[in-house]
Order: sequence, then structure tokens, then C-alpha cells
Amino acid sequence: MAARYYDPTLPMSEADSDAALPAIDADALITELRNIIPGDGVVVEREGLTPFECDGLMLYKALPLVAVMPRSKAEVQAVVKCCARHRVPVVARGSGTGICGGAMPHPEGVLLDLAKLDSIVAIDPLARTATLQPGVTNLRISQTAAKHGLYYAPDPSSQIACSIGGNVAENAGGVHCLKYGLTVNNLLSLEMLTADGELVRLGSDGLDNPGYDMMALITGSEGLLGVVTEVTVRLLPTPPCARVLLAGFPSVRAAGDAVGDIIADGIVPAGLEMMDKLAITAAEDFAQAGYPRDAEALLLCEVDGTEEEVASHTERVSALLNKAGATSVRVSDSEAERALLWKGRKSAFPAVGRLAPDYYCMDGTIPRSRISEVLEEINDRATAYGLSVANVFHAGDGNLHPLILYNAGDPDSVAKAEKLGSDILSLSVRVGGAITGEHGVGIEKLAHMAEQFGEAELRQMEEIKAAFDPALILNPGKGVPILKRCQEYRALPGKHNHG
Amino acid sequence: MGDISTQLAHTVAEAYRARTPLKIRGGGSKADVLGRDVEGTPLDIAEHSGVIDYNPAELVLTARAGTPIAEINKLLGEQGQQLPPETPALAGKATLGGSLACNHSGPARPWQGSLRDMVLGTRLINGRGEQLRFGGQVMKNVAGYDVSRMQAGALGTLAVITELSLKVLPRPETTKTLAYSLSAHDALDVMRQRATEPRPLNAACWFEGTLYLRLSGAKAAVESTAQLWGGDSVEQPPWQAIADGELPCLNQAGSLYRLSVPTGSALAPSDSVLIDWGGAQRWVYDQPEIVAAAVSERGHAWLYRGGDRKNETAPPLTRTQRQLHTALKNAMDPEGILNPGRLYSWL
Ligand SMILES: Cc1cc2nc3c(=O)[nH]c(=O)nc-3n(C[C@H](O)[C@H](O)[C@H](O)COP(=O)(O)OP(=O)(O)OC[C@H]3O[C@@H](n4cnc5c(N)ncnc54)[C@H](O)[C@@H]3O)c2cc1C
Repeated sequence: MAARYYDPTLPMSEADSDAALPAIDADALITELRNIIPGDGVVVEREGLTPFECDGLMLYKALPLVAVMPRSKAEVQAVVKCCARHRVPVVARGSGTGICGGAMPHPEGVLLDLAKLDSIVAIDPLARTATLQPGVTNLRISQTAAKHGLYYAPDPSSQIACSIGGNVAENAGGVHCLKYGLTVNNLLSLEMLTADGELVRLGSDGLDNPGYDMMALITGSEGLLGVVTEVTVRLLPTPPCARVLLAGFPSVRAAGDAVGDIIADGIVPAGLEMMDKLAITAAEDFAQAGYPRDAEALLLCEVDGTEEEVASHTERVSALLNKAGATSVRVSDSEAERALLWKGRKSAFPAVGRLAPDYYCMDGTIPRSRISEVLEEINDRATAYGLSVANVFHAGDGNLHPLILYNAGDPDSVAKAEKLGSDILSLSVRVGGAITGEHGVGIEKLAHMAEQFGEAELRQMEEIKAAFDPALILNPGKGVPILKRCQEYRALPGKHNHG
Repeated sequence: MGDISTQLAHTVAEAYRARTPLKIRGGGSKADVLGRDVEGTPLDIAEHSGVIDYNPAELVLTARAGTPIAEINKLLGEQGQQLPPETPALAGKATLGGSLACNHSGPARPWQGSLRDMVLGTRLINGRGEQLRFGGQVMKNVAGYDVSRMQAGALGTLAVITELSLKVLPRPETTKTLAYSLSAHDALDVMRQRATEPRPLNAACWFEGTLYLRLSGAKAAVESTAQLWGGDSVEQPPWQAIADGELPCLNQAGSLYRLSVPTGSALAPSDSVLIDWGGAQRWVYDQPEIVAAAVSERGHAWLYRGGDRKNETAPPLTRTQRQLHTALKNAMDPEGILNPGRLYSWL
């Protein structure tokens, strides 16, 4: 018999029918939490809880039983131990910029806000490392390291706000990950609380890991295996020189082919991003960066390194872009111009957001060689649903971000947007890719995990979850589907449900 | 050369039912290093060999676990590409699966990453004999737990690796090695300082009184840096010999310890026969006490070769780390049949 997987769209009563946990003694729990965190760090009133009801993906909402805002590692540890004793779900939250519903609260659980743990513990310039509390924002790491001529390479577009703890939990990527790797490639060690509140260090400050590489397992595990309390990252010397090339193309296909040509030529650019016509227009209206409005697609290619290296690579990339049929190629001549050219890209999400009441950002990855084919198919499907899609994405690593424009106030538009989103995920899997490249599964893509993985893989992952968290209290109902028969924990609410 | 994964899975499933331990063997290149001696029915992976897919423009290679690193290096070399970690080929004996299981890397590792960093996807056989696939051939994939990368350094105690997809990279346009006569202490200082500079450094080691720095990248950048840094240009650099463990200083009698420590560690610079990885990897003989000392420096030490290989050879773990190891082992290999005792006596 085929297994039934947990379906987040199931009505609550049905999903709830197997619930085996005892009812929570909420009063006792809250009293204990108040003893751990004195002052106003424990919130139970509706107004205080509302800011936590969702992450950056507003399609899914729930209010937690209680939200806590600890100020120290000791408090976090005491909270997790308390939740373990009560067998209450704990959902960790960094900055809440996730866009897969990962930090959405559990209606019968504790929302553990880690934003107040925001100290930079240490920077060691000679060892090129930074040790951080989980709530430190991504951008602050590079800003603080800058005085030593160093920076932290992974740079999600949300870097002003997102936390390093959230970056670890999602294995966040960014424009510069093509050359410098994702979060997982830039970590040295983590300190984590296990589901029963024990502190454990994973990885080491050397380069290799003693025993099993649990740091890799924790990275991208979406708060399901532990609560990260400290992160040591690797810093890199800031390249003395960087230039960005902007190229307009008469078709998406020509731009897609140029991506392959650059990589095949032996150059690994620091960033290689693509935008389609709708995104170009929106970004240009917003940022006035001088993007070619007549182009069907554009590429932004950054090369960095020493002066000589950048000069040589700029020349090579320029020639390749022209050869691939670029209608215009512009090379940044100053830091100001480079910043301007990136401004259009970095503000593309909000810029596209101005075109419609709402947008829904997808995150599939595909083999680079299939970019144009897949974009065409996405467009065809969007047209069939009567929707528009803007594309702005990490072309160098084949990580698409189709932005589906819709109207959240119109149930029909919402349904169509979700259907198109789902089609895009299936399409990514079909061409040999993945349902998520950097945003994570969360609650949003849970149902699609069964497309990406077979039953044996899902069961294996479930066993790994149980190895770390036998009582299933850490962010239950997200990331990895739990086979229905094992679904001990309380169910999550359906969509748009305010707990 | 061919696909024997079904047969391998069948053998593991049989062993699972009968609860008989298996001893997984690739090319046998690392049989007497890193892990403990184990007993078990041999499960040979070497025959499960061959490159399945290689698309230079995608920078992705997929090969069966028994494929020799040497064969992969040759194929990549023909397209001007390489395995970024300079994975040791060990006289043609090292296989892809074994290299990931040991997470074995060459001198470029601090700058170009380890095999673990290059992993895009794996096919595995767990301890129940089930064939599993995690990750894939795309550059980014955060769906589900990263079970693939977790195999790095597990010495085959979690699963039999049968296939790997890896990110590969273009070879640098130029490389150049510079040498300096220095004491170990001074060499460490220079390595650490140089590594903070935005220059195309991609290997730094010291042995027998000489510091070697390797530059690699665009020709102009390499040349200008070489001019700036001075030193003697080396025609026959030691990198290959280091990667393959062939330096005489790594082949003396005695117990050889491998330290993985922060580059600023004060542990054993002057006792080290080789300092590699810009100071992060050090090799010493006959210093059992260094195992505990490394832990207090937030690093670790292995009894790499020699010594009592019935006793523990891997770095000690804390109680909680041990609990998680045991739980994870049970999750993937519930009967404990895959290389039992190879990583730790109790695992
Ligand atoms: C405009 C915009 C642009 C974005 N661009 C990118 C991009 O370029 N690349 C990219 O990768 N992502 C991007 N994102 C997604 C998001 O910013 C990242 O996933 C980020 O890593 C989330 O960090 P956070 O602190 O906001 O985490 P949250 O949203 O608070 O949490 C994310 C997940 O991590 C868990 N978690 C948080 N902290 C911890 C902890 N300390 N221990 C254990 N689990 C924890 C949560 O439970 C949740 O499952 C973007 C988002 C937006 C809104």
C-alpha cells in the first residue's frame, strides 16, 4: 500500500485524528517560561503575537500559543528544556524573512524568537573567522569584518535583515555563491541545542569535521534537528577589484546560451544573474540603472579578483557576450556604476511587486542547459492561467526565481497562482532539478517532497529526524513530511488559518 | 567496470537479515590509515565503476563510487577541468566513494574546498539494503536533509556510497610555486598573513625548513603576486607528492598523527614533519597526548597510521556528540552491519 503523506491542506479535523499527545497545560508552561525570561520577553496576547504569525510567505499564517524572546544562550537553553519537558512544539525564528513558511508558528507551540541574541562573539582576522550569535544579521558580518579587509561571502538578497541562524537553517545562497559556495561551504562550526536542550558543538575550528558531518546535516534542516545558538563562519579577503558586465539579449534563449558559454570557457564569475523583459522593465522603472528596455533578457556578470585578473576576465566575458549575440554590453567603470547596475537586480523583487497587488516567489533549480526551455514552458503555463510571471534569478547555478503576479484579495487568483507555482516545482523535478535551491521546503513545498523523493528516502529522512528529535517537538510539520502512520504530533492548521 | 548496484544492495539486504558485519572496500588505498581495523565479510565496490555522465559546460560529473580518482582526473584534464580539492589519487588505487567516505583532500583544500563541499548528490545503500538517492546534479538543492554530504568522513559506517555527482571546476590558467627558507614558526606566520591578502594563493605548506606557497589563477595576477611576494620559483613543486602521501617525512616508522586545527593553534609547529593547508593541517609522530590537546584548541587529531589500530584512532567525542552519532548510526544502519567499529569501537 502506498504511504500517505502529511498534507498541509488537509482540514484540521482529519489531520488531527491520530494526534496522540496529551493536552498541553498552557498555564503551567507560560508560568515556567515567565520564570525563565523575566520582564516582557514572554508574549501571550494576540496583539503581541500577530507580528510572528508568518514569515515572508504570507500565504500561511498561524498564531503560536506563546512567543518568547530570550536574551541569552542560557535562557534559550532553559526554554528548550522546558518545551521538551512539556512536549510542546518549538519553532525557532531568526528574522522571519524566510519565504517557505518555515518560521510560521505552531498553534499549540512556542515561537522562539532569537533576534535578541545578536552579538558578534569574536572576529579573528588572522584565522579569517567570525563567531556569531544566531540573531546577527548577514550583512553585519561583512560590515564588521570590513575593517580587516575581510567579508562573509554568502549574500542573500535579504541580507540586510536575515539572520545567520536562519541562513544556516535554510542553507542560504546569494549572488556570490556561484564562485564562493553556499552557507554550508562557508561554515567552520556550530553550537546547537538538541531537542532535549543539551548543548553540542558540531564541526571544528580546523577545516575537517571529527566523526559524522552533522554540521552539513544541520545546515538546511530548517530548525527540525536542533536550535542553533552560535555559528563560526569563514571570512574571505575582500577582492581589491570587481566589475560587472551588463548585456542585453534579443531572446531568453540567447541569454541562456551565453551563460553556458561563459562557464564552458573556464571562467567562474563572482555572480551571473539573468532577468527577463518584465523584470527588466520593472527594475528599470524602480532603480533607473540604465537597463536596456528593448532587450528580451539581460545578464549581469560580475568578475572579481586582482586588477589584472579582472581586466583579463572582463575582456574574455565581453567577447563571449558579443559572440553570443548580445545587443548591448556595458562594463562598470567605477564602484558607483557597479553599485547602480546591481541596484536594479537587488531591488527586482520589490520592483516587480509594484506591478501587481502580490507576488509569489518560486525557487526551483534546473540544469543550466535547460534554462530557456523551462522559462518558455513557465510562460506558456502562466498564459494559460491568465497570469504574468517575471523572472530574475541566479542563472549561473540554474536557480530560477519565477515571480508569479497575483491578487491575494481574489481567491481565484490565489488558487491559480498556487497551481502555477506547483506546476513550476513539478517541472523543475521533471527536467532533473530540485523543488528548492535556497529558500527551503518549510510548509509550502511539503507536498512536493514526495515528487522529489521516493518513499524509501522519505522514510530514511524521517528516521534521521527521529534520531535527533524523538518526541518530534522541533518545528514539526515542516521540511520533511512525516508518514501519516507516524504522525504523533499535533496537526498544523490549514492555510489562512489564524490558529 | 559496470553497474553492480543491485547486486551490492542485495548483499547488504542479506547481511541485514542475517546480521553479519560487512567490510566495505574500494581500491584498498586507505585500508591501513584513518580508521580502526575491522572484521567483516568484504563488500567490494571497486567493480562498481565508470563515469556515468560528464558535461563540462555544466561543471558536473557523475560517476560510480568504484571509479578511480586517477581515471576521473584524466577525463577532467582532457577538458581543462579538475577536482577542486586535489583529491589524492594514491597510485591509482583511490576510488571516488572511498575518497568521500574519508573526505580525503589535497593541499588546495582550504581555498578550493573538500570533496564534501563539491557533493551535489549521491546514491547510497543504507544498512537495510535499500537503494536511496539524495540530491542530484544541480548546483543548489535544499530539499530535505543533506544526507549526501553527511557521508563525508563517515568511513562507510552510515551507508555504502554507490554513486556521486560532483561539482568540478576549470583548471587555473597558470600556477606558480614560490619557496622560502624559514623555521616552522615563521612559516606559519607568513602563511597566515598571506591568506588574508586578496591574492591568488591556493596552497601553503612547510616541511624540512622550507615554506612553499602556490599561486594559481589568471596569468597576470599570478605573475604580479609572485613579483610582490618574492621567494624562489620552484620548478618541481611538492604538491602532488603531498597529496599522495609520498613525501619521505610522511613515511617514517612510528605512529603518525594528523592534526586538524585552527591555523593559529600553538600545537606542535616545531614538532610537525609537515604543516599543510596554510597551517590548518599538521603531521607529527609518536605524540599520543596530542589527541586530547587538539580538542582543547577546538580542533582534533587522528591516529592516522601505525600505532594500536584496535584501539580508537578517531578524535574523542563529547557525551552528547556520541549520543547523536549512535542515534544517526541506528537511523541508517539499524543492525550495525556497515563497517562496524571502523570509525569508533562503539559505533
Ligand atoms: C526579498 C527577499 C529576498 C530573499 N533572497 C534570498 C536569497 O537571495 N537567497 C536565499 O537563500 N534566501 C533568500 N531569501 C529567503 C530568506 O531571507 C532566507 O531563507 C534566510 O536565510 C532566512 O533567514 P531568517 O533569519 O529570516 O530566518 P527565518 O525566516 O526566521 O527562519 C527560517 C527557518 O530557519 C529556522 N531557524 C531560524 N533561526 C534558527 C536557529 N537559530 N536555529 C534553528 N533554526 C532556525 C526557522 O525555524 C525557519 O524554519 C529572501 C527572502 C526575501 C523576503
